[in-house]
Amino acid sequence: MKGMTIIVKKITQIIAGPIFLYGLYIVAQGHLSPGGGFAAGSFIAGAFILLVLAYGDKLRHLKTEEFESSLIETLGILFFIITALGALLLSIRLGFIPVFFKNFLTKGIPGNLFSAGIIPLLNIAVGMEVGGALFTIFLEFVIRSSKEGK
Amino acid sequence: METLLIILLLLMIAGAIYALEAKDLLSAVVSFGIVGFGLVICFLLLQAPDLAIVQVVVEVLVLVIMIAVIINTTREEIKEKIPRSTYIYYILGFIFVVGFIYLFAVSIQGLSEFGKHSTRMATEYIKNGAVKTGSMNLVSGVVLDFRGYDTLGEITILFTAVVGILTILRLKGRKHE
Repeated sequence: MKGMTIIVKKITQIIAGPIFLYGLYIVAQGHLSPGGGFAAGSFIAGAFILLVLAYGDKLRHLKTEEFESSLIETLGILFFIITALGALLLSIRLGFIPVFFKNFLTKGIPGNLFSAGIIPLLNIAVGMEVGGALFTIFLEFVIRSSKEGK
Repeated sequence: METLLIILLLLMIAGAIYALEAKDLLSAVVSFGIVGFGLVICFLLLQAPDLAIVQVVVEVLVLVIMIAVIINTTREEIKEKIPRSTYIYYILGFIFVVGFIYLFAVSIQGLSEFGKHSTRMATEYIKNGAVKTGSMNLVSGVVLDFRGYDTLGEITILFTAVVGILTILRLKGRKHE
């Protein structure tokens, strides 16, 4: 896939970082303000997809690197399941009723950043999963089309 | 507000019909964007900012990817001759539309009014959700605490989709033909 003109490349260079940071902000504030893991993952994947679309497949030797986004996605779903299982096991130790997805951490004051128990952790896991999955699918098509073009 | 919603929905229907009939594929994609962004405005009018954020991001991504695909391939729609001399397609379509409208009119009789709901679980979640989960954003609390299994299923579907695509499109281990 070819890259685009110098104007698109320059604007992408400026704007991709703030989009990525806004995704991180949404995933961190997912239990306080509208948003959450799905929106944040889409933002993060969108920043990278913008970079690949603007610069073409010459960006960081894309033909060989397809491993990291898939790894992030797998770690995300693993983190989600481990948190839920850990809630089941730890709630036996702590004396709660053992339930899958038990919110065993302290709730804190609603409205603070560190509150709501395990919900922020699960939000981060969902964000990793969604961002990694969307970017992996996109990258796989780009690599495939550039291989077939030759 | 209902009038505004009806106008938006009619605009979205018109955009979808034009996307089907357009000769140029680029203009079809752009008019398909009317559907997505109209849906964003509908969500904002109905006070659902979570859905609006997700919808606007996904819509922008889909439009950008579709336009990139069109730039890299072709703008012409491939025309295939469909024999339209028989009127049986029109008659079948008319029967389907009439039957669909009849079933729709029957099935909305039992619904509650616009803007009101009569579900007991939802009322319980809205009343006690913030206290029980400790999360200020009620949607996040419901999705990740009360309905944790649903989210687990959703991300499992996403994971399975990625594994399937990686398997079909893989380059390593493929026999050279």
